[in-house]
Amino acid sequence: MKLEGYPKDFLIDLYRRMVLIREFDLRAVTARQQGLIPGFIHPSEGQEAVAVGVCAALNSDDVIVSNHRGHAHHIAKGGDVRTAMAELAGRETGDCHGRGGSLHVANFRIGNIGANGIVGGGIPIAVGAALAFQYGGEARVAVAFFGDGASNQGTFHEACNLASLWKLPVVFVCENNHYGEGTAQARHMAIERIANRAQAYGMPGVHVDGNDVLAVFEASKVAVERARSGLGPTLIEAETDRLCGAYEGDPQYYRSKESVEILRQKCPIARLRHALLESHISTEDEITVYHLDAKTKIDEAVDFAGKSPLPDPKQVNRWVYVDSHQGKVF
Amino acid sequence: MREMTYAQAIREALAEEMRRDKNVFLMGEDIAIFEGAFGVTGNLWKEFGLERVRDTPISEAAIVGAGVGAAIMGKRPVVEIMFGDFLPVGMDQIVNQAAKARYMSGGKVSVPLTIRVTTGATGAAAGHHSQSFEGWLIGIPGLKIAVPASPEDAKGLLKTAIRGEDPVIFFEHKRLYGMRGAVPEGDFTIPFGKARLVRRGKDVTLIGISGMVPTCLEAAEELQREGVDAEVIDPRTLVPLDRDLILESAVKTGRVVVVQEAHSRGGAAAEIAALIAEHAMDWMNAPILRVGARNVPIPYSPVLEQEVLPGKEDIIAAVRKLF
Repeated sequence: MKLEGYPKDFLIDLYRRMVLIREFDLRAVTARQQGLIPGFIHPSEGQEAVAVGVCAALNSDDVIVSNHRGHAHHIAKGGDVRTAMAELAGRETGDCHGRGGSLHVANFRIGNIGANGIVGGGIPIAVGAALAFQYGGEARVAVAFFGDGASNQGTFHEACNLASLWKLPVVFVCENNHYGEGTAQARHMAIERIANRAQAYGMPGVHVDGNDVLAVFEASKVAVERARSGLGPTLIEAETDRLCGAYEGDPQYYRSKESVEILRQKCPIARLRHALLESHISTEDEITVYHLDAKTKIDEAVDFAGKSPLPDPKQVNRWVYVDSHQGKVF
Repeated sequence: MREMTYAQAIREALAEEMRRDKNVFLMGEDIAIFEGAFGVTGNLWKEFGLERVRDTPISEAAIVGAGVGAAIMGKRPVVEIMFGDFLPVGMDQIVNQAAKARYMSGGKVSVPLTIRVTTGATGAAAGHHSQSFEGWLIGIPGLKIAVPASPEDAKGLLKTAIRGEDPVIFFEHKRLYGMRGAVPEGDFTIPFGKARLVRRGKDVTLIGISGMVPTCLEAAEELQREGVDAEVIDPRTLVPLDRDLILESAVKTGRVVVVQEAHSRGGAAAEIAALIAEHAMDWMNAPILRVGARNVPIPYSPVLEQEVLPGKEDIIAAVRKLF
């Protein structure tokens, strides 16, 4: 991993963000086991470099559409870990006032226009956001995050075709963690290189090491620039590894513990940490402080979530429609 | 008052809304150069250009999904699904995305998306081009469902749909496209949740949905000759539903037949019948009846199709059972 040419603060910020995401996800697992989080969650342990590398290439008014494994995207785009944890805990103070939960974290202010519970469901929506930008003459970009499994959905193919046809400012980011839930890639598609699917739609397909945050950042920068300048979409396949279950509680019968331990050696956080030390950008002590800071932030987030009020059941009808037509819609 | 067809009224609504608001644009299969599979969009593309009247690939999920995304970002897309039968291809984007974005984001997102879709049978189009799916969608909180049955209603309700903040599925009955009727001059809207009293009567209430409204009227005229004075109500929107007018009429006549072209099992007619049973049972002088298509795929051969689809005679036969 080559760090030359990058500002020190930028590199440290990438590291801190990945650590914050890791800490968030690990603590969410504990919080769920302890009963604070009532629903299911899909942590991103091992995949943090994709979210962080892509979002580092975006402006604050660019938008992302996330998927079921979305905490990382949300935090990487600038999401507040306190309101995100409160959302997971189903609290009124959550980003979506407890109406969405882990699979539906959205916050317009930071440009996360919605995670999704349907595999592949968000991809056409990102294309629609990009269409709105092009239609309005705005130099903004939309990113769709999805997995290898989603790239088998019709929505992916329809969205790619439409975006490329209309040269929309969208970047398709496929986080290939080699499993569609519990089914290995070789058992769910006939090809190895998902980036090659871009050829079918007349757009660039780029394969990057998704565990190298700088490689992801560089590929994203090119794709975002291309999108912003009106040349159309790019498909980025970021090859990465999920170090945890598909969801919290996944017994992972489909792979051995040993195989996961081997994958751990590719951990993107350990990799950047090593590079930061090697290049004398950070000391061991400084890195310890980054981790402690993240822990403190997540402690506060869990505390905030736990102390936050639950939503008022009398308000359950709120937000189904913009108005209720004197109750006639219910 | 001037007269125009249902299709012309829809086109006029689209044109006026596009002139009024630059955020309104159209997307759909063959709606521009081809001028619409049923000619509804016509030459709109000549006035508004191909950026605002967009031909799309045949990709219902992407069409609806792109509409959702553009709506979330503040545009007011009107997308067309050529046949209601193709709604299932884009159903995830309707049911799981458009309908729920506002609620699940805690009110942070609006989806001002109008999905225009043709519905109903026109003769020998068989099971993939003849169905009526409004009944599926009334059970999805977050969606509004419009079923206009006159040129004036088509125009006024479509304008309300486009100006509203919620996703609307706007069912246009193919058989009504050529129907002529009076349409007021100038800008007007018709509110959702207000039914139309189509014909006043005192002996029985016929509640017709979409293409069944004119059929109910024909049945009412014939029943008049038998001495039965039928009231005809068109709900105009199924969500929100004008419970007040429906219940008022049911209480007044004590006899109700709810008529839909959709398969009779599990449809909007069942929902309306249940509403009356829940709130007006004590005033009923006879069972509440439903008339709908037989629960068989719409067949191709006209002799079979006629057997399956509801018609005037089925309505009259149902009414006779009530006396």
